[in-house]
Amino acid sequence: MPHIHVQAEDFDTQAIISKLTAGHGEIGAIVSFTGLVRDLPGQSLQSMTLEHYPAMTEKALAEIVESAMQRWDLIDVAVVHRVGELQPSDRIVLVVTSSAHRREAFLACEYIMDYLKTRAPFWKKETTSDGEHWVDAKNSDGEATSRWE
Amino acid sequence: MINVLYFARLKDTLGIAAEEIDPVASNGKVDITDVASLRERLCQRGERWQNALSQQRLMTAVNQEMAQADTPLADGDEVAFFPPVTGG
Repeated sequence: MPHIHVQAEDFDTQAIISKLTAGHGEIGAIVSFTGLVRDLPGQSLQSMTLEHYPAMTEKALAEIVESAMQRWDLIDVAVVHRVGELQPSDRIVLVVTSSAHRREAFLACEYIMDYLKTRAPFWKKETTSDGEHWVDAKNSDGEATSRWE
Repeated sequence: MINVLYFARLKDTLGIAAEEIDPVASNGKVDITDVASLRERLCQRGERWQNALSQQRLMTAVNQEMAQADTPLADGDEVAFFPPVTGG
């Protein structure tokens, strides 16, 4: 059963991996991706705020995960995405995929991140000494999904 | 009533997070039947709304699923308008 959580609190990656693998001797491969808040040049990022559409975020993440699990032979998946105010180097997102062999776990992890970046309703706002400004979506993120089609 | 939500930069620009829109127009006829007709009704409010809702990569969700201009709308639906997402 996929574990999908949207939360303000930080997450414990090792605890999540342990929970995913417990009792699943058939898992031979675990791949995890962690996204961090990257600072701006000159360490000028004061904070980053993640806004989201509460009624839709977990649903959207669940659909992306379901799509990955239909496409590849995965054993289980966990996705955790934080919201609210974060600091530079804070963890934002975790994607963990597990499978018998490594190929599926690697591909599915990348696929899930590519679709999360373009379909999951979160928005980043940066705060610097100049004030607050919404981060623009990148063209490269939009293009990344096309290679899966 | 159709529940309409706005997020992120769009919410800041329009100055509103949520509102209810009656699909029945002032002439007594239902003129909101899909996302496109809802946008048209909102654009009647003036230039700021027209500019905000005609931006090229505006995204829409109906009942928490990604939607298009021709996605049908019924009374009681929830619609969200937002800029391209930037999570992850």
